[in-house]
Amino acid sequence: MANLKDLKTRIQSVKNTRKITKAMQMVAAAKLRRAQESAEDARPYAARMNAVLGNLAQGAAESENAPLLLRGTGKDDVHLLIVATSERGLCGGFNSSIAKLARAHANELVAAGKTVKMITVGKKGRDQLKRDFGDIMIHHVDHSEVKRLGYVHAANIGKDLIKRFDTAEFDVATIFYSRFESVVTQIPTALQLIPAKFDVAEETSSTLYDFEPEESEILDDLLPRAVSTQIFTALLENGASEQGARMSAMDNATRNAGEMIDKLTIEYNRSRQAAITNELIEIISGAEAL
Amino acid sequence: MADTMQFDLVSPERKLASLQAESVSIPGTDGDMVAMPNHEPLVTTLRPGYVTVVAGAETTEYLVTGGFAEISAEGVTVLAENALPKGEVTKEILEEFHNIAKADLEAATEHQNAAAARRVAEHHELLIRHAI
Repeated sequence: MANLKDLKTRIQSVKNTRKITKAMQMVAAAKLRRAQESAEDARPYAARMNAVLGNLAQGAAESENAPLLLRGTGKDDVHLLIVATSERGLCGGFNSSIAKLARAHANELVAAGKTVKMITVGKKGRDQLKRDFGDIMIHHVDHSEVKRLGYVHAANIGKDLIKRFDTAEFDVATIFYSRFESVVTQIPTALQLIPAKFDVAEETSSTLYDFEPEESEILDDLLPRAVSTQIFTALLENGASEQGARMSAMDNATRNAGEMIDKLTIEYNRSRQAAITNELIEIISGAEAL
Repeated sequence: MADTMQFDLVSPERKLASLQAESVSIPGTDGDMVAMPNHEPLVTTLRPGYVTVVAGAETTEYLVTGGFAEISAEGVTVLAENALPKGEVTKEILEEFHNIAKADLEAATEHQNAAAARRVAEHHELLIRHAI
């Protein structure tokens, strides 16, 4: 039987752990609210952008001189995977599920004889994928110093991406992130960025717009922005998902710690009782022997 | 005929304004334009400049640095990459935008060169106008 003092220290240490996980859960809850708000705030812009571009793209996609960003290079030999994960751990299966999806995707492409390149955003994803794909990682975006994710951060990734596209470094770009469904469900998602895809089937897009300057010029101007906007949306969703995942992971941890404390306390009381009984038996048998 | 229309100004990060306006002047890439209710549907890209919104007796100005505007009979939506009220605009902010534009010009590929150069010039103009 474990000794009483040991049990007492263990109970105390589990209690401390529970305090920490509880605090982390509350912090994550507060951050989640903020992340959700930013995701909410960003929605009108992205929605409008999509609507207008969907409208434009519909007409332009068939034409011969459509921008490469929209039409693609006509090949799909080199794939670029952008894996967006978090900078911090302790958020349950959040990072692993994104990494898993990206890994499956990459293996599939490699098996099909394509060249795969990878850009990672967020330290945790890179750590997980480094062993298998370390040699095809061409860039890593570090957001560990970023307090509040802004559009600039997404725009920088977008600019970098377009520069690489212009120098024919890849044909197809796909971003992997986690879509925020609710606090308990986050869905790892793959979204193709280049060539750009837009949901055109919208009723509002039936209005016929005039364009100034020319449609093709507008497309040239807007497509890079649209790519950045999609990255921004993905990063924001990711941010909300991360906090949601952390919140439920920490909630679980707190609950587990509570159960463990109960179990240990029972064991502690039992040992204490056993020790007392033992002592009593000794006293009684000692008295009887007299 | 409606004499006001819905005006929305959104940036990627937040919605800056949403109100009923009588007219909105927009710095389009090919020149300034004023949109009033029942304007024909039009999409235009923006150059760096000020969007002016007239709503009743109030006139509000916002600095925008590019993006696009969607005008329809019912209203105007300005989607700006960066947007802030004129009152918050300082020389430092404008200088920073100018520097970003210059950096972009240096990184620009051949076919973006002209657009990037124009952007630098437009930011420069904003800076000068601000100084006056």
